[in-house]
This record gives sequence, C-alpha cells and structure tokens, in this order.
Amino acid sequence: MANIENGICDIGCLDRMADHNSIIHKLDARSKVLTTILFIIMVVSTNKYEIAGLVPFTLMPIILIALADFPFSFFLHKLILVSPFVLFVAIFNPFFDQAPLCKLGHFTISGGWVSFLSIILRFCLTVTAALVLIASTGFPQVCRALEQLGVPKVFTIQLLFLYRYIFVLLEEGTRMIRSHNLRSFGRKIHLRVYKHLAGNLLLRTLDRANRIHMAMLCRGFDGEIRSLNTDKFNRSDYIFTITTCSLVVIFRLVNLPQFAGTLFIRLF
Amino acid sequence: MSHHIVEVKNLRFTYPDGTAALQSISFRINHGESVALVGANGAGKSTLLLHLNGYLSPSEGTVRIGDLPLNKDTLKDVRKTVGMVFQDSDDQLFMSKVYDDVAFGPLNLGLPSEEVNSRVIAALKKVDVEHLKNRPPYKLSGGQKKRAAIASVLSMNPSILVMDEPTAGLDPRSRRQLINLLHGFEHTKIIATHDLDMVTDLCDRTIIIHDGKVLGDGSTSDIFSDMELLNAGHLERPLRMQSCPICSKTTSKINVNKCQTAELQN
Repeated sequence: MANIENGICDIGCLDRMADHNSIIHKLDARSKVLTTILFIIMVVSTNKYEIAGLVPFTLMPIILIALADFPFSFFLHKLILVSPFVLFVAIFNPFFDQAPLCKLGHFTISGGWVSFLSIILRFCLTVTAALVLIASTGFPQVCRALEQLGVPKVFTIQLLFLYRYIFVLLEEGTRMIRSHNLRSFGRKIHLRVYKHLAGNLLLRTLDRANRIHMAMLCRGFDGEIRSLNTDKFNRSDYIFTITTCSLVVIFRLVNLPQFAGTLFIRLF
Repeated sequence: MSHHIVEVKNLRFTYPDGTAALQSISFRINHGESVALVGANGAGKSTLLLHLNGYLSPSEGTVRIGDLPLNKDTLKDVRKTVGMVFQDSDDQLFMSKVYDDVAFGPLNLGLPSEEVNSRVIAALKKVDVEHLKNRPPYKLSGGQKKRAAIASVLSMNPSILVMDEPTAGLDPRSRRQLINLLHGFEHTKIIATHDLDMVTDLCDRTIIIHDGKVLGDGSTSDIFSDMELLNAGHLERPLRMQSCPICSKTTSKINVNKCQTAELQN
C-alpha cells in the first residue's frame, strides 16, 4: 500500500520539476519532443553488441539534467526502480549467446554478456531521456506538442485524461486496499477478493467517466478539446533542435570512441 | 425577463431498469429566485437536476428554460443558460490546469481568444482563485476545487446556476465562505442539498421532494416550521432552528446555569 502512495508522490514530483524555470524549461515543448524521439530511435537502432558507440550518447541526458538544474539522484533512483524489468529481459542473453566475442587478458567474454550490457545501457539512456523530457516540460505540454506535431487527437486526449485521472484512480484504489487491510489482520489479498476489488474499481471508474462526460457536455463539448494556442517556436528552439539532432546523428553514424582510439594509436 | 424562468410540468422519468425516479413533478421558478431542493437520499433530487440541462430527457412531461422548451434542437442554448455545478468537483475539473478548465466552456462557444481570456480571469476573480490558475486540479483543497468548479461554469455567463450538494465535504470555514460567495450572485439558483442551515441562509423558497413527487413547495420559513411535513420528507429542522440542546433537556436551575457557563466559555 505504501508503494502505491509513494507512486502518487513520484508523479507529483515530476510535475513540480516541470515548474522550474531553466533554459531547458523555456524551450518549446515540440523541440524537446522531436529531439527526444530522434535520440531514442538512434540509441535503439545501434548494433546489438555496441557498447563503446553508446558512450557519447550519455552526454545528452547528463548535459540536459545539469542545464535544467535537476538532481542526478532522482533519475538514478528512478532507473534503479524500473531496472528489474529490463534485467529480466536481458538476463537470458548470456546463457543463449555463448560465442566468444573478445578477450580481456585471460578472460574470454561471450557475445551474450556484451549484448546484456548493451541492453542495460540503452535502457538507461532511453528511460532517462524520456524522464528528462517530462520533468522539464510537463506531461500536458508534451501531449499538446505531440498533437501539434500531427499525432491524432484521439491519442493525445486519451493521454491527457489518463494523466488527469490517474491521481483520482490511485486514491480510490488506495482507499479500497486500505479498508481491506484494516479488516484482513495481516493476511494477503486473496485472488477471489482481488477479483471483487478490481471489478468494483472498474465499475466506479465507468461511473466517473459517465459523470465527467456529463460535465463536459454541460459546457458544450462536441468531440473536440480546444485550447488557447500561445506557443511560439523561437530562434533558440531552432538552434537547440538543429544542434542536438545533428549531434545525435553524428554519434550514431560515427563511432567516436573507436575513432579516437585509432587516432591515438596512429599518432603514437 | 422571461428567459430566466425554469418551468417543469408533470415531469415523469423512469430509468431503463424500471425504477420510477420522478412521478409527476411540477414547479415554476422565476427570475432571480433562489430555491432549495431538499429530500431524503434517493428521493429523486439528482435525477431532477439532470433534467434541467437536458442530460436526461423526460419519459413524460416538459421542461422549459426561459422561452425554450427543452429538446434536442434547443439543447445547446439551454446548456449555455443553465450552469451545472456537480457534487464531486473532480468530475468537473477534467483539464490539467485550472485555467484550461475555466476556458473550456468559452472556447466551445467559439469565442475569440481575448474574450475567452477576459472571461476566464473575470470568473476566477469572482470566486477569488485567480492565483491558482496555473495549478493542476489535483493539488487543490476541497474548498478551492469547489470554487474552481464554480468558476468553470461562471465563465460561460449562465443566467441560472444549478448545484448539487455544493457544501458537501467542505470544512466549516470553506462552507461559510462558499455561502457568502453564493449570496453575492444574482443568478437564479437551484440548489439540491442536505445542508438545511445553508438553505435558511441562501434560499427564500424550498421544495421538498419525496419518492419522486413534490411533497411541499413554499417559503423556506413556512416549510421549516411545519414539523409534520418535514417528518414526512425524512427531514428535520435546521440545527439553528432547534432549541439549545442543554437547556431543552430540563428547565431546572442547575442546567440553565450550565448552559450559561458553556456560552461564556464559547
């Protein structure tokens, strides 16, 4: 139960961070969304045994976090929190892919271990990039930017409502679980009870959805959510988008650590 | 000013599951009146409110808002005239910022952006929450949420305000502030509530609904002094019209003294 309550707190925390006022925060949401998407595509599309080539990419989130004046510990904490999922995905690689790939002194390193590390690194990069995007922009603004970039309204409106009501839903769920715990004397939730709790929550959600729809109709809702559009794509946004995008593409096309290595060997 | 009249005639409504929620309800509310709808749980108050802005359509009978009979063609105009404040403010504040929520109605009316902005600011000022305009609704207290919800309706400039349990769940001070706020509004007000003390403060007229019928309709002071009627409607007198709980038990001198000391301590 405490975990659910902490979860609510965490989402609120991202929201508070979006209220800061740094250079990164001032950028137009669209420029950040575009660069983040490109960054994620470039990172994910690298070769499965790539590790050295991914290292330059770490610069991006680190610089953004520093410029936005965010605490690094927050993002580390979040990464550790979600890491079990990716560990579970990657852990089988060392067992299935045992072909030796390289030698480090007396140790032979199999391809599985290299791809395992590569997956972990890619996971860290993409998750941090997405978190930095939301923490420096705010979820509603990200949704609006997506809409302006051509994502169908059906999806962006769904996302907005999901975000608005996740707090209400979590609170309702927490109350139900709390009332269960108070009368269960330490026993875990039985599957049968779970079924009822989940069903109940679903019915309540449907009821609420009905009431929200009613409230929207009362104020003239006709299928479209309009907003006062005041966003401007300034020169700084162009500069940010073009420089970061070209950097990311260079990182992807040129293996900078390898390049530096060969240069070093040739010189000496 | 006929366009501020609310007239309900022989209204009947049966839910699809067969529950007869309203059975022949009739009343007429004039411009500027402030009317309380009171009654037991399940008496049909909320169902009745949902008819006033056309969310539900009557099985029988008619609803007229001003010059317009309520039907599919007039729905848009009626909803512009009747502002509905829901019991749970979370249902009403569905956007991610208070400002966007208050702007939702005016934007749907197709107003130009300067007009939308000035209406939003005016509505927020009227309920004293202008400083909260950039906050997400989930970070507001109950009283603030209620005010924001009222602002989201006021921005559409309705002439009739319909409210479902406006004081439910508010702390005593927020409740008092809300009552003072509503007191200052010149709109025609229709308030469904269990808070009978608020009714004595705000409404000159009270309609008692019981089992889907109008049990009593008259001035608030008359209705609240008719004990028989109140009992039949599962109600009781507002607390402040009841006698002092300490004095009323017995008239012995000791108790009178006790009451006086209690008063002094307060």
